[in-house]
Amino acid sequence: MRLRTVRYYFCETIQSILRNSWLSVASVGVVAVSLMILGSSLLLVINASNMAANLESSVEMSLFLKDKSTSAQIKDLEDKLKAMPDVAQVEFVSKQRALEEMKKNFGDKKDILAGLEEKNPLPDAFRIKTRTVEQVAPLARQLEGLAQVDQVRYGQGVVEKMLAFSRWIRVAGLVTMVLLGVAAVFLIATTIRLSVFSRRKEIGIMKFIGATNWFVRFPFLLEGMFLGLAGSLLAVAAIYFGYFTLIGNIQVSLPFMQLVSDRDLIITLMERLLLLGLVIGAAGSMISMRKFLKA
Amino acid sequence: MIQLYNVTKIYPSGVKALTDVTLRVHKGEFVFLVGPSGAGKSTITKLIYREEFPTRGQVIFNGKNVIRMRQREVPYLRRAMGMVFQDFRLLPQKTVFENVAFAMEVVGSSGRDIKKTVPKVLNMVGLTKKADVFPGHLSGGEQQRVSVARAIVNNPVLIIADEPTGNLDPETSWDLMNLFLNINKRGTTVIMITHARDIVDAMKKRVVEMAGGQIVRDEKEGTYRYEA
Repeated sequence: MRLRTVRYYFCETIQSILRNSWLSVASVGVVAVSLMILGSSLLLVINASNMAANLESSVEMSLFLKDKSTSAQIKDLEDKLKAMPDVAQVEFVSKQRALEEMKKNFGDKKDILAGLEEKNPLPDAFRIKTRTVEQVAPLARQLEGLAQVDQVRYGQGVVEKMLAFSRWIRVAGLVTMVLLGVAAVFLIATTIRLSVFSRRKEIGIMKFIGATNWFVRFPFLLEGMFLGLAGSLLAVAAIYFGYFTLIGNIQVSLPFMQLVSDRDLIITLMERLLLLGLVIGAAGSMISMRKFLKA
Repeated sequence: MIQLYNVTKIYPSGVKALTDVTLRVHKGEFVFLVGPSGAGKSTITKLIYREEFPTRGQVIFNGKNVIRMRQREVPYLRRAMGMVFQDFRLLPQKTVFENVAFAMEVVGSSGRDIKKTVPKVLNMVGLTKKADVFPGHLSGGEQQRVSVARAIVNNPVLIIADEPTGNLDPETSWDLMNLFLNINKRGTTVIMITHARDIVDAMKKRVVEMAGGQIVRDEKEGTYRYEA
């Protein structure tokens, strides 16, 4: 492509955007809003899965054994647990160790526990980690049925809620995004249609001079892509600054909430959003040109 | 160079614009198309640059079947032709120079070619001094010269002029006619639709008269004649 032609395309595009400035602003706005929602819900999903993953590594279940279990039975059970495919890690916590840990937790007030060494009321237990968080509940149910097992305890409910939440966000985000994306495409299509319409005389002239369809189309395609890109830039800027401000605030007030702050990941996400903006713009202009520039 | 064989054109509205028209135009000819409004003159030109398809019949340009041509070949067909219209069809926001240069940009000429060729063509139509003026500030005759310059800048083999003097006074019309004659003398074929009786009578070129969608007269060195 010749430099002169490139310059022609850019001048045409800018002129056209200025001519339909209000509709252009509206298209940019809709793209910005839809990508902002998309970006925010993506961040939510990322964080939800991240929290789920954190929980996953911290969620372990405690398998309390019946008091009369012999050490042979315990050994037997340990081997059985280790052989299970869903089980990632098994740790035996004896009565004595459980008591020591308890004392440690009580710190200064460990005197309360004095004398318990004689008649330790704590049961022997296994601490078990599963490979994924989804496996916790079914495995717990399965283990409850074993002979030496008295009770199985884990963060019942929390894990399930976390998973359901992240799934819900994913679906809601996807639906909103698709709807707004379609709206953005059609608004851009309308903008481009108007700009094609306002220049139909020129287009007619270009055609009898012998301009190829692509020569006629390209400035409009560029216009659509420009609108899409401008919208996504706005969205990306808003999300980026908004998110890192949020992280800053949360680290001060809610230090136990660990938000994803990996900049590379966020930047990759932003790049995707920009690309999506371009695609939305291009799609919008192609739709409106398919009608107008057939012949 | 141009052949129309038994061409019939019925528009979607049901209007029958041409009935079984056969016409041959040779390279280098100067042809006047005359006749009352609605006789089918413009339809003939539209068939040649494939703005319209015939309902029946064939259209050949430079040995190529215009009707069977693929859509993406059409721009290249049109680059072999220059079009001049009654209403000039200039781009109002571009200067005279830019309007002419635009035709070269569209076909992908280099900036150097454009800078070299456009002044030559403007000189030929006598508008060198108006190169940087916008069309809105030009007289009708001058605007039409710009559109002629645009039509010839890519060296077409055919010029199609649809009532080029329709909006011009008689004196200006004659100047423009001389311009077309000069272009024709360089070997470019000219097909001109016109209602200018005295010009047709004086130029003694081939005259094709149409009425009711048919050719009713085709004379070498003909005159205008039709009674309106």
